[in-house]
Amino acid sequence: MATTETRPAAASPVRVVIPPGGWRADLRGIKVVWQRELIRFWRDKLRIVTSLLQPLIFLFVLGGGLAQIASGGTEGVDLRTFMFPGVLAMAVLFTAMFSAASVVWDREYGFLREMLVAPVRRGSIVLGKCFGGATVAAFQGVIVMALAPLVHVPYSVSMILEVLALQLLLAFMITAFGVMAAVQISQMQAFMALMQMVVMPLLFLSGALFPLTGLPHWLAVLNRLDPLTYAVNPIREAVFANLDLTPAATAALLPGITWFGWQVPIAVQVLVVVLCALAALQIAILKFKQA
Amino acid sequence: MTDLAVQVRELVKRFGEVEAVRGIDLDVAAGETFGFLGPNGAGKSTTISMLCTLLPPDGGSALVAGHDVVRERDAVRRNIGLVFQDPTLDGYLTAEQNLRFHAELYGVPKAVVPARMQLVLEMVGLWERRRSLVQTYSGGMKRRLEIARGLLHAPRVLFLDEPTVGLDPQTRSSIWGYIEQLKQAEDITIFLTTHYMDEAEHCDRIAIIDQGRVIALDTPEALKASVGKDRVQLQVDDTDAAIDALRERFGLEATIAEGNVTVAVEGGEAFVPRLFAELGVPIRGVSVARPSLDDVFMSYTGTTIRDAESAGGPDPLARMMAGRR
Repeated sequence: MATTETRPAAASPVRVVIPPGGWRADLRGIKVVWQRELIRFWRDKLRIVTSLLQPLIFLFVLGGGLAQIASGGTEGVDLRTFMFPGVLAMAVLFTAMFSAASVVWDREYGFLREMLVAPVRRGSIVLGKCFGGATVAAFQGVIVMALAPLVHVPYSVSMILEVLALQLLLAFMITAFGVMAAVQISQMQAFMALMQMVVMPLLFLSGALFPLTGLPHWLAVLNRLDPLTYAVNPIREAVFANLDLTPAATAALLPGITWFGWQVPIAVQVLVVVLCALAALQIAILKFKQA
Repeated sequence: MTDLAVQVRELVKRFGEVEAVRGIDLDVAAGETFGFLGPNGAGKSTTISMLCTLLPPDGGSALVAGHDVVRERDAVRRNIGLVFQDPTLDGYLTAEQNLRFHAELYGVPKAVVPARMQLVLEMVGLWERRRSLVQTYSGGMKRRLEIARGLLHAPRVLFLDEPTVGLDPQTRSSIWGYIEQLKQAEDITIFLTTHYMDEAEHCDRIAIIDQGRVIALDTPEALKASVGKDRVQLQVDDTDAAIDALRERFGLEATIAEGNVTVAVEGGEAFVPRLFAELGVPIRGVSVARPSLDDVFMSYTGTTIRDAESAGGPDPLARMMAGRR
C-alpha cells in the first residue's frame, strides 16, 4: 500500500462549490454518459471486431453463397449489392443492441447506482446512453460503408451522408428500444436471449436481406409492422440512387413500401423511425425513473 | 442554514405489509460522526436509502444538509457523498476516469477537478495507481476508491453504508484510518451504518436500531455506562461447583462463555477480592471487562447481534415473523 499523507483542512487548497442543477447539469449528464460509452467501446477491441464480423459473414458468405441460386430474381444485379444496404443496417443494429446491453452490465456491476444517485435527471442518463449507442454504431456503420466498392457500389458524398444520418437514427432507435428492455431485465443471459429472439426476426422481416416484391400476404403485413423496415428501405433508396439500374431491376428490387396500396413517401418512412425512437426513448426514461 | 446535518422526524417505510422502518427520529449535528448500528434487516439500509433520496419515505420527513429529501432531491444529492455496501465502480475505466465521470456528473467546476482529484486519491493512497483499470484493484482498493469518489465533490454529509463489510481485518482498520483522517481534514458529517460492534466505537454517537425502530441513541461511552455491569470471567477447574458457589454465596447467575464461568456484576474490580475470599472453589485466573457495545445491544434487545441476525436474517418478512414469536 502506498503511504498516505495527512492534509489538514487549512492546507486544502480546494474549496468546491457545486453549482445548482438545471439544464446545464442535464447537458453535462448526457455528455459524460456519452463519453463513457465511447471510452468503453474503444477499450473493447474484441467487441469492435465481433460486431463487425456478423454483418460481413452475412454479406460475403451468405450473400456470396446464395448469389448462385438467386441470380434469376435480381435482374442481373449482384445479390451482395442488393444486400449491402441491409447489411449497413445490420451492422448498426448489433452494435446498438450491445450498447443497450451495457445497462444490464451497469446494473450487475453496480455502476448504474452511481448514475442513479447523481444530481442529474434520469432522462439525461438515458439520452446519454442512446447518443453513445448511436455514435459507436454509426462508427461501425462507416466501416461497413467503406466496403461499398467490393460489392459494386461506388462512393458518393451524398450517399455516405444520407446513409450515415439514417444509421445514426436507426442506432438511436435501437439503443432506445434496448435500454427500454434492459432497464427491466437484471440478468445478462436473459437480455441476450431476448435479443436473439427479437432482433433476428425483426432483421429478417425488415427486408434487409430480400426484396419486398411479391411477398406472401402475412409476411407483407409483418414487414409493415416492423419498425426496421422504415429504416432499411430509405438506406436502400440512398444506396441505389447511386447505382445505374435498369427500370426492371428497380421495380423488382426497390418496390418501396405501401400501406393499403398507398406508396409511403421516404419522408414518412423516416418519420416512422423518428416516432418509434421517441416513443421508445420516452418509455425507457419512464422505466428508468422507476429503476 | 441549520446546524443539523441530518434531521429525521417519524420516518416510515413500508414494503407491502412489512413496516421496515417504523417511525424514526434523529438529529445529527454538523461535523459529527454518527453510527447506525443494528443487525442485518433492522432497517439501516432502508433508512439510509431514504436519506440519500433513493427511496421515497411512506411517512415522516427528513432534512439532509438542510434540504428536504423528497422536495429538494437534487439539492440533497449535490450535498451528500455515498459509499455503498456493494461496489459501484466501472471496472473498465481507470480510477482517474471513474473520478472524472463523477466530477462531471456532479458538476464540480473544471478548474478545481485536478487538485481535488489528487487530494482525495492521495488521502486513500491510490494516487500512484490512478491510471490503472479499476478491475485490477483488490477489494480494499476498490472500497478506498469509492470513499475517495464519495468525497470528490466535497459533500457536507458522507454516507457510508457498511464501509468495511467483506474486507479483511487489516484493510478494515486502514479504512477506519482514512475515516479518522477525514474527520480531521474536512469539515464533514459522517453518517455510517455497521453491524460490527467494535466499529461503532469510532462514532461520536450511535443509534441502535432493531426491527425498524431506534431503541437507544447516545455516545458509545454513555451507552456502555447505561449497562452498568462489568463482565467477570473466572478460570476454574470445576465449573459446576463455581456456578453453584456463585449462586449460593453471591446470589449471581453465572453462565459459561468461551469455556469460562462468566458473571455480570457492578464494580467488577471491587468484586474480585471478595471472590477470592469467599468463593471457596479454587480459581486459576480472573478477568474483568468493561461492558462492550455487544453488551449494550444485548441489554436493549435481549439478544446478541449475531443471534438477532441468525434468527431474522436480512429478509424483513422473516424478521417480522421472528419478532412475533
